Amino acid sequence: MSSADLTQTQAAAPAEPIRVGWRPALAVLAWLAAGLVTRFYPDFTRHWPLTDGVANGEVALAVLIGMLALVAPRSERLAQRLRYLAPWLIALGLAFTLWELLTAKLGILPMPFFAPPQTLIAVYFNDWPRLLDSLWHSALLLGSGVILGAIFGFIAGVSIGWSSAIGYWLHPVLRILGPVPSTALLPLCFFLFPSSWSASVFLIALATWFPVTVLTWSGVASVDKAYYDVARTLGAKPGFLIFRVAIPAALPHVFVGLFMGLGASFSTLVVAEMMGVKSGIGWYLQWAQGWAAYANMYAALLVMALACSGLISALFKVRDRLLAWQKGAVKW
Amino acid sequence: MVALHKTPNPGLALHIDNLSHAFHLDGTPLPVLENVSLDVEPGEFVALLGPSGCGKSTLLRLVAGLEPADRGTLQGDGQPIEGPDPTRVVVFQDPTLYPWRRVWDNVALGLQAQGVLSAQRPRVDAALAKVHLTEFARAWPRQLSGGMAQRVALARALVNEPRLLILDEPLGKLDSLTRIAMQKELIELWQRQGYTALLVTHDVEEALLLANRIIVFSERPARIRAEIRVDRNYPRKRDDPYLVQLRGEILGLLGLGEA
Repeated sequence: MSSADLTQTQAAAPAEPIRVGWRPALAVLAWLAAGLVTRFYPDFTRHWPLTDGVANGEVALAVLIGMLALVAPRSERLAQRLRYLAPWLIALGLAFTLWELLTAKLGILPMPFFAPPQTLIAVYFNDWPRLLDSLWHSALLLGSGVILGAIFGFIAGVSIGWSSAIGYWLHPVLRILGPVPSTALLPLCFFLFPSSWSASVFLIALATWFPVTVLTWSGVASVDKAYYDVARTLGAKPGFLIFRVAIPAALPHVFVGLFMGLGASFSTLVVAEMMGVKSGIGWYLQWAQGWAAYANMYAALLVMALACSGLISALFKVRDRLLAWQKGAVKW
Repeated sequence: MVALHKTPNPGLALHIDNLSHAFHLDGTPLPVLENVSLDVEPGEFVALLGPSGCGKSTLLRLVAGLEPADRGTLQGDGQPIEGPDPTRVVVFQDPTLYPWRRVWDNVALGLQAQGVLSAQRPRVDAALAKVHLTEFARAWPRQLSGGMAQRVALARALVNEPRLLILDEPLGKLDSLTRIAMQKELIELWQRQGYTALLVTHDVEEALLLANRIIVFSERPARIRAEIRVDRNYPRKRDDPYLVQLRGEILGLLGLGEA
């Protein structure tokens, strides 16, 4: 009965083309407008390099969207994707047009501080070795700090949650040291540690450590006592209770802690790089501002936004894999 | 069928003598059990009935070894009960399956905790088959209905081949149809495995259908008020006049009159 229904709908499907809607057409228009304004509207003060390149890119994007919209009726997946993305494509096309008009074309926004799109592209073309090097140094510093902080936070959280003797000593330390913004300790750490790099690793680790510890602890402390009873009647030893009951049960909390810790680590990283470490994206931002190279600053900010967002996405991916048993967890 | 049948695991003999226990709330002791004495023979099915909150579940926790008793003797096969042991397994009112483990891994919990899982994986499959859930081995606990979850909890207990199965209102939260089906399953499993069973329930009818002997407790602190032998073979019928008459007697003992 149901299989008959299924074949019927399958047979009927090709007769009815998949609808893509009129929005992709608007997206094509928006990007075409962006391209034409960039290419033909006279510049306000000076002619920016790469203007034609950006215009060509915008027109190419318009053509690409148009072609996809023409092909889409044959592929359900593509049509769905296009329908979903169309409002954003329209908005971005309009935003680029407006950005171009406000900066390069009409000069409404004061010039050195607000850079037109082509200058950002130019930065990526001309300064990519330095940007890449900064990104690499930032990643190294952040990675060292976050991994150390997460490991020690996890161990501390489980210990406090499990053993009241350890809790007696660690809890006051956590309460006094944890809430202090780790950036406030920066000047102190710069002369206590042998190098500004090690001081920064310590501070990033500290910023990650606090939320990971608190949430791991609360996760372990809030495990349903009945879970322990079940395991104990089945012959479980304390090690089993910690590693097979307490930790898996606390894992959802641990991931919230890691999420918060990662957020805190970003700001510590940038401040540390601005104040002492002579490399990294934070240093690049500072350097760009010192030279009034605002386009470089925007370009670096964009790189940083993408990198941070990528890290958080990766964390959520890991969580979704490890916590597949959970239903309806927050999506990133 | 007969060839597959193992020698039934002989049940545990339980000896409880003059057992008293109290909770400590804000420093003042609140007695929950008072001079409870009870002997359970190997392979016997004993039901504990009493007003809610009278301390029956506390008695089960003491028998399971989850808490030490304040005063009195508690012995399994003549040995004092001093802590939990996989020969005495509890099935709680809530299935308390671990949500991060699939059904199979939940059932495997005891064998894993005892460190024998890798050698004895077929026992897990066999326990799942006993409760008719083989197809759900890879499911997550959240995907199960209440009755299925409780059957997984039962399999998780049975895989350890307990000599004493402690049932703390295991069917209390199930709908009435699932309850009836699971009462039948409990009887069949008990008859097949030969363990001693100790059941706490609020349902007089359930006690009458399942138990060889019913112990009626008083209000807290719990004392044994009466012992009733149920002399009927299994499977029993709900409308058996003998059971109906016993039901009236028990309700009278509980102060509920002819309900």
